[in-house]
Amino acid sequence: MTTTFWRESFIVFRRQLRMNLRNPAWVIIGMLQPVLYLLLFGPLLKPLVQQFGATNAYTFFVPGLLVQLGIFGAFFAGFSLIGEWREGVIEAERVTPASRTALLVGRLGRDLLQLLVQALILVGLGLVLGMTADAGGIALGIALTLLIGGACAASSNALALATKSEEVMAPVINMVMMPVLLLSGILLPMTIGPTWLQRAGDFMPIKHIVDGVRSSFGGDFAASGVLWGSVWAVVLLVLALWWGTATFRKENA
Amino acid sequence: MIHARGLVQTFTTRKGREKQQVRAVDGVDLDVAEGEVVGFLGPNGAGKTTTLRMLTTLLRPTAGTATVAGHDIIREPVEVRRRIGYVSQAGGTFSGARAGDEVMDHGMLYGRTRAQVMAEGKRLFEQFQLDGLWDRMPKTMSGGQKRRLDIVMGLIHDPTLVFLDEPTTGLDPQARANLWDHIAALRSQRGATVFITTHYLDEADTLSDRIVIIDRGRIVAADTADNLKAQVSGDLIDLEVADPGLVSLAAEKLGAIAEPPRHGLPGVEVDGVHVRGRVQRAGHAIPGLLRELEAGEITLEAIEVHRPTLDDVFLTLTGRSLRDAESGGPTDAANPADPSDPSVDRAPATGGRDAAPATGTTLTGANR
Repeated sequence: MTTTFWRESFIVFRRQLRMNLRNPAWVIIGMLQPVLYLLLFGPLLKPLVQQFGATNAYTFFVPGLLVQLGIFGAFFAGFSLIGEWREGVIEAERVTPASRTALLVGRLGRDLLQLLVQALILVGLGLVLGMTADAGGIALGIALTLLIGGACAASSNALALATKSEEVMAPVINMVMMPVLLLSGILLPMTIGPTWLQRAGDFMPIKHIVDGVRSSFGGDFAASGVLWGSVWAVVLLVLALWWGTATFRKENA
Repeated sequence: MIHARGLVQTFTTRKGREKQQVRAVDGVDLDVAEGEVVGFLGPNGAGKTTTLRMLTTLLRPTAGTATVAGHDIIREPVEVRRRIGYVSQAGGTFSGARAGDEVMDHGMLYGRTRAQVMAEGKRLFEQFQLDGLWDRMPKTMSGGQKRRLDIVMGLIHDPTLVFLDEPTTGLDPQARANLWDHIAALRSQRGATVFITTHYLDEADTLSDRIVIIDRGRIVAADTADNLKAQVSGDLIDLEVADPGLVSLAAEKLGAIAEPPRHGLPGVEVDGVHVRGRVQRAGHAIPGLLRELEAGEITLEAIEVHRPTLDDVFLTLTGRSLRDAESGGPTDAANPADPSDPSVDRAPATGGRDAAPATGTTLTGANR
C-alpha cells in the first residue's frame, strides 16, 4: 500500500519536474527573486540593524527572506495546476486508481525541491555577503522553511482546484499575502513597532515561524521561538495537506 | 457492465443573490450489457457528462446507486477505476508535454511497469495511426491526432469498458469519419464495451447498437436506432410541385394518406412549392400517391423520401427538436460543473429545413 503510494507520488513528481525543466523561465525568475532582495534590500538594512538589536544585517535578513521565499514561491504553485485542470490532466489522473494524496504529494515534491534549491542559493549568497550563522541552525531553518513552503504549496493547489480561475486566485493570494508580509516581521522586526502592532503580529502564525528561523540561525535552539515556529509550521502543513487532499478527492474538482 | 438505478446529481447555482438547487441528473436508470456499444444522446446541458462523471467515479452521486464493471461506484471506486477507460472532452494530455511521456506516466499510475506501458503504448500509437508522434507535443498535433492520443491514454491499461465523452466534437468531417472507424474497432478488435456520449445524431446512429436519450436530466428513451425511429410516425415525403397554383391541391392529396399532426410533429406542411407530410411505409404509399397526383394533373419537379432521423425521434419524445433544446431553455445553464459543454462546441447548423447540429445529419437520414 505505502509502496504504491510513494510510487504514484514519484510518477506525478517526475512528470511535474520534467515539465518545469522544459520551461525553466519560472525556475529562473524564482531563483532571481531572493537574490535581488538580498542584493538590493540588504544594503538598506545595514545602517539600521543596530537599532533593532541585531549585529549583522544578513544574519537578521536571510531568515526572513527564507520564510518569505517559502510562502511566496509556494503560493504561486497552484497556478500551473489550473492550466493542467483546463486541459483535462487532473481529470485524467483522477480517473486512475492512484491515491488522491499521491496526486498532491507528487506536486508538492516538485515545489519543495524548487524551494530547497532556492533556499540553498539564498543561504549561500548570504554567507558570501557576510552572514554568520550556526550550521545546524541553517539546516533547521531550511527545514522549517520547507514545512511552511509545503503548507503554502498545498493550500495553493487546493485553492487552485477550488477556484479554477487565475483571475479569482490572484487577488485572493494578494489579499492573504499582504497582512502576512506586513505582520510577520519578515522585512523589519516587529519589536520596533508599537505595542498594538506587535500584538496583532502575535496572531500571525508566520511571524512565529520567522522568529523560529531567526533564532535557529542564531544557534539559539532553546529559544521559545524555535519551538513555537516548529509547532506552527507542522500544524499548518497538516491542515494544508488535509485541505489539498480533500480538494483532489472532491467530486467536482 | 453498467447498472445504474436512480442516479441523481444536484448542483447549487447562484442566480444573483438567490441560491438555486438544480437537478442536473434527475433519476437516471441505465443498463449496459457486456460488449455493447451504447450511444448516450442528448442536447448540451441535458446531463450527459454529469452522468458519465458519476459512472466513472469522478463525481459522487447525490442519490442513487450504480455498479460499473462489476463494482460499486461509491463503495469500491478504485476497483471501478482499474477496469474502465475514460476519455473526457478536454482530453487528458498537457499541451506542452511530450505525448509519449504523458502516456507512460498515465499507464504507470495504473500500477503497470515501464516496460509494459511502453510496449502497449507503442502498439496503440501504431494502431491509432500516431506512429512517429511519440515525442511530439499535443499542441503541435491536428485535432484528429490529439483526439486519437486522448483515446490511447484511455486505453493504455486495457480497460474492459471505455467511456468516450463527445469524442468527435470540433473535428472536421474527415477526422470524424476516421475516428469513427477507430471507435468501431474498440469492440470489434478489443472486445470492449463502449459508452459514447454525443449530441450528434449521425454519430449515435452510426456507432451504437443501442441509443439512450437523455433530456433535462432524465432518460426519455433507450432502444435501437431502428426501433426508436419506428416510434416516429412514418417516413417523410417531400413533394416539389412544378406549378405553384397546384400546391394546395397537392397538399390535399398528400393529406389524404398522411399522418395527422401529433407528438409535436406537424401534419402536412406547405412551404413555397414544397409539400411535406409523413406516411407509414412510404414505399407502399408512393405509387398510389403518384397516381392521385397524376389524376389531378399535378406535375412534380422532385419527390424525396426521408426515413425518420433521430432528431425526429427526439422531437416525438420531448416535443422539442434537438436544435431547439440546444439553443436555449432552462436546461442549458443547468450544468455548472460541466466545463466541457461550452457553447463554442456546437457545430454550425448545416442550413436548410432539417438543419441539425451535425454535418450530414439530413443526408444520413435521407439515405437510410
